[in-house]
Amino acid sequence: MPRLEKYDYLAGAAIMLFGAVAVVCGIDYHVGTLSRMGPGFFPVALGVVLILAGIVIAYSKKEEDGEDVPLDWRGMSCIVLGVVLFIVLGAYAGLIPATAACVFVSAMGDRTATIRSSLLLSVAITCAGVLLFSYALGVPFPLFR
Amino acid sequence: MVSTALQDLWFGFGVAFEPNHLFWCFVGVLLGNIVGVLPGLGVLATISVLLPLTFTMAPVSAILLLAGIFYGSQYGGAICSILLNLPCHPPHAVTCLDGFPLTKQGRGGAALGVTMLASFVGASFGITEMIFLAPVLVSIALKFQSPEIFSLMLLGLLAGSTLSKGSPVKGFAMMVLGLLLGIVGTDINTSVPRFTFGLDHLQDGIEIVALALGLFGIAEFIKSVNNIHVTNIEGAKVRFADLRPTRAELRRAVPAMLRGTMVGSLCSMIPGTGPTIASFIAYMFEKKVTKNPEKFGTGAIEGVAAPEAATHSSVQGDFIPTMSLGIPGDAVMALLLGALMIVGVTPGPQLIREHPDVFWGLVASFWVGNILLVLLNVPLISVWVKLLAIPYKYLYPSALFFVCIGVYSASNDLFQVGETLVIGIVGYVLLRLRFHPAPVLLGFVLGPRLEENFRRSMLISDGDLSIFVHRPISAVFLLLCTILIGSQIYQWLRRMTRKSGIEQVPSDSIQSLEALRN
Repeated sequence: MPRLEKYDYLAGAAIMLFGAVAVVCGIDYHVGTLSRMGPGFFPVALGVVLILAGIVIAYSKKEEDGEDVPLDWRGMSCIVLGVVLFIVLGAYAGLIPATAACVFVSAMGDRTATIRSSLLLSVAITCAGVLLFSYALGVPFPLFR
Repeated sequence: MVSTALQDLWFGFGVAFEPNHLFWCFVGVLLGNIVGVLPGLGVLATISVLLPLTFTMAPVSAILLLAGIFYGSQYGGAICSILLNLPCHPPHAVTCLDGFPLTKQGRGGAALGVTMLASFVGASFGITEMIFLAPVLVSIALKFQSPEIFSLMLLGLLAGSTLSKGSPVKGFAMMVLGLLLGIVGTDINTSVPRFTFGLDHLQDGIEIVALALGLFGIAEFIKSVNNIHVTNIEGAKVRFADLRPTRAELRRAVPAMLRGTMVGSLCSMIPGTGPTIASFIAYMFEKKVTKNPEKFGTGAIEGVAAPEAATHSSVQGDFIPTMSLGIPGDAVMALLLGALMIVGVTPGPQLIREHPDVFWGLVASFWVGNILLVLLNVPLISVWVKLLAIPYKYLYPSALFFVCIGVYSASNDLFQVGETLVIGIVGYVLLRLRFHPAPVLLGFVLGPRLEENFRRSMLISDGDLSIFVHRPISAVFLLLCTILIGSQIYQWLRRMTRKSGIEQVPSDSIQSLEALRN
């Protein structure tokens, strides 16, 4: 993200968004009065506080601590994809395929990784993981479905 | 009072020396020490990964393990700082200033030896403080009713979120966000589902494991991948015999250690000022009182001893409000409290009476653990140094797998893994926008109890907000809150009017390190 502005508009906007969601949902849950509070009272109050905090953040100067490291698209996609694969394969194929795929794909996120090194790591972690979680700790997760 | 405390402590040692407790304490400090040394794996991530494993354990074993990881990692962090000039762990950043020059002069071993001694002295003082202070706090806190509890929690939340690192407003916003996340799920009073967006899986609320692993696991991996370089450990060879400091070094280090311990314990009294701030203050204080301040930064042994002692005494001090009042000072303590709640221990002033084995066992295990750490560190120091060379590219895929299976095993539900991923991505966006996510956890753990006590207070007073001011104890807490916010606004206004950057509360950034050097 390039530093376009001196002020922290984006950060403030994000916080205001969270606050707005809380207020909009909270109103639906019946707000009530102070003496008879409904389930929506607390969320709405917190949402209003968040919106106010967002305004203050948007109008304060950006912090200048440290260098911004650029977003690593390859690393991020591989990590996210690794977790998605763990969920999908975990649901339809079992623990062993899920683990192997998750470790292999996320390991490919590193720019120095090769297919060979990632495969080796994936095999090693799958063996260790199955031994530890399936046999030693007895986590109920079928190895294959 | 002293005799009852000693009796309780004796009971605690009995608990801590039970073979299985001793084993988990050992596992905890060992793991903590390892992650303290490993690059790019934080103590929060480790505790969160191991959290699901503790669900089936007895409460005492669980807390000993998790607490052991926490203070064990403090030992490991010092090794990075002194031998390699790497401030992997924020509290030890300031130790680099004099620790690394000592390594270059060939006295790195001695610096480590002094560190171990300082840690032990600092920790022992913190533990003693806990033994005597916690029961006093408890006897006061047991008289509290909802309004007092609400105001106290508010104070804890405000201090914990605004005094930690980064911008106070951002920390505050993160804490409020955490409060909101804490109330996701079915409302206990009216059984209305809140913020579940029609998903049945969210009825029981967000899992603390999913939140912690998303924020401190996945978000951190995305941030660090391809950004952590392989550490060069050339020249960082330390042998066992090198660890002994000379008599002259000891003569200078011991008084510094004691001063650092005092600074650390004072800092731990103020919620939110964790070990990082304590170590910085101790270093600056030491530089003020010393006769030769020009030596600081070039390898003064005092500059190692004081901050390390301060870190450890404040680490132990952090446990006091957590265990006696049920109010965590930072994210690590919030996680520990979360773990206790999951294994069926309700945090709060009644904890010591209802679960004396948890409290006194923990206190005694601090000593046992600290002795174990010294014993571990002395012969294994060269192994720790080698661990530093493990490349991040092998670490993060393995850790990612542990995250996935850990979240799954918490509830045997793959939905939670998806939840963790979403939280991780949102957490990464927040990291990019320069939010520090730690206060989220603080709010998350206290959120439900804060709402509950607010509702109850309003029932007592029939909707009259002035109840919080009319009760003297509650009024004092609110006054402290006001002072806290007032001072933050005052500093903010000063920063707005004066354009030049005024030195902030020391954060963990390298920049403030440099500012200190000048």
